[in-house]
Amino acid sequence: MAFGVKQAKRWMSIANDHIQQQKQYLTELDQAIGDGDHGLNMARGFQEVAGKIASTNYEDLGSLFKDVSMTLIAKVGGASGPLYGTAFLKMSLALAGKKEADDKELVAALEAALGGIKARGKANAGEKTMVDVWEPVMEFLREKGSVHAKEVELLAKEKMEHTKELEAKKGRAAYLGKRSVGHIDPGSASSYLLFAALAKALEE
Amino acid sequence: MKYVSLVLISHSQEIVNGLKKLLNQVQPDVSIAVAGGSDGEIGTNAFRIKEAIESVYSEKGVVILFDLGSALLNAELAIEMLGKPDYIAIADAPLVEGAYIAAVEAGLGKSLDEVVRACEQAKQMAKVARSDAE
Repeated sequence: MAFGVKQAKRWMSIANDHIQQQKQYLTELDQAIGDGDHGLNMARGFQEVAGKIASTNYEDLGSLFKDVSMTLIAKVGGASGPLYGTAFLKMSLALAGKKEADDKELVAALEAALGGIKARGKANAGEKTMVDVWEPVMEFLREKGSVHAKEVELLAKEKMEHTKELEAKKGRAAYLGKRSVGHIDPGSASSYLLFAALAKALEE
Repeated sequence: MKYVSLVLISHSQEIVNGLKKLLNQVQPDVSIAVAGGSDGEIGTNAFRIKEAIESVYSEKGVVILFDLGSALLNAELAIEMLGKPDYIAIADAPLVEGAYIAAVEAGLGKSLDEVVRACEQAKQMAKVARSDAE
């Protein structure tokens, strides 16, 4: 499997499509246990990302993901801005100077992204956040050593749905305590969309 | 700069603009920068916070006060983008009361540590006196 600038651009473009389509859904999830702006924030951020990278020629994956990161930090208003911004910044550092990443390098870059999310959010698995999607997906990828697109997508979906059973410990949802149980975490839902988009970009 | 400076971060531009106005009235000598909202909307923005810190930064020190959750993430990100300079502290204090105390203490020529400690006391400050019977 080759993951070059073309695939990375496709990933971000499909992610944007998914997020625009699911904007209302993400907002509804966030209205239940947050401040209701997740769909709006993500749609604005990824629209900008898609526009920015489509009109730019990149020499390497590092500079592409740097632009993704900076755009998300600048354009997404809520907590997901610094979280996803940090994730893509770590990816850009891991892939600096690389025109193409092999499976191992892509997995390592995603691993760095997860490290960034956990450090920025000071969150661990089980706290009803996007980490509850990222961590099990990365465990799976680490084990396999390569990216199995369809399995990644299914696993991410299952883990997103699993956040329904968890009690929130981070962010605005944590104020709700037990009342947060029964709702899917919005950040885990947007993370699922990102992994689903990656799977699709790699399949094509 | 002669005094410790303040950076006020809020999800709302109006909140920090209003707060700055209030503090300037109490203590006009302390430099105060604000970072409110994101692109004219509700939210916070790491780049704006970074600019705000730069505009009042000195070795005397900068205290950052913020309102809600994601403001902290963006403040930490802004500090990292600045290369984690010394003499910056994020205060764990309520925004309005904390900033008020910080402005007063900074104006008295206190050190960065002293200002941070003083404004963090605002968390324990009783605003309404209640008897045990109530």
